[in-house]
Amino acid sequence: MIEWFTWVQACFAVAVGVIAIVLGLIGKKPNDLTMGATAFVAVLLVAQLVIAIVSPVFGNTPTGNVLEFYTYLVTAILIPPLAIIYGLVDRTRWSTAVLGVACCAVAVMVVRMNQIWFVQVA
Amino acid sequence: MTSTTSSRSTGVGRVLIAVYALLALAATGRAFFQIASDFNDAPVAYSLSALAAVVYIFATIALIKKGDAWYRVAWVTISFELLFVLTVGVLTLIDPELFPEKTVWSYFGRGYGFVPLVLPIVGMIWLYIKRPRN
Repeated sequence: MIEWFTWVQACFAVAVGVIAIVLGLIGKKPNDLTMGATAFVAVLLVAQLVIAIVSPVFGNTPTGNVLEFYTYLVTAILIPPLAIIYGLVDRTRWSTAVLGVACCAVAVMVVRMNQIWFVQVA
Repeated sequence: MTSTTSSRSTGVGRVLIAVYALLALAATGRAFFQIASDFNDAPVAYSLSALAAVVYIFATIALIKKGDAWYRVAWVTISFELLFVLTVGVLTLIDPELFPEKTVWSYFGRGYGFVPLVLPIVGMIWLYIKRPRN
């Protein structure tokens, strides 16, 4: 895990999350911006997965439980695609808010993954 | 309304359901990890995590499905949630030793931004608003 990348990813997910929730509340249907940004959140998670797999080869190993880390990561990867599918099926403002909630959840999970990898608090 | 889903899954209710689905996913993930890693460490807490996962999954389904029966299931599961988040929350405050490992409901769901505490209350308000009319 690369710490700066993780923080950039978490901040991006929060930003997309907040923007999408606001856009949803003011009545915007899911559009290229919100759907695309959520898709990019997913892409960053896949990048995170690749980094997590490769990192130990270079001696960058997690301080915490590997299984717990991957449980978070795999669950997080599932979230944006599910939200996007929902956004395609249900073309209402509420789907935009759902995209936002999904991105916020991803952000929380990324921060938690960061804790598991770097700072192990028992 | 549409034929397959309930009036509970309209409007802002969709966001509520999405949050329930997320919590179901989170609780399932935690239960999976805890049970897969070391069940014997804290069987009570881990069983509770698994129970939480099942409750959230049922609540999510009950909110989506239409019909009076599902409406009742939604009330039961959401009441159950509130009861458990309060009970486990109080117990973890009184005697942390009882739950050496975290569950979704420990300390009133603090590990999940208190969402597990707020969600059943919001859910009940929503169910009340969307109660079936005769």
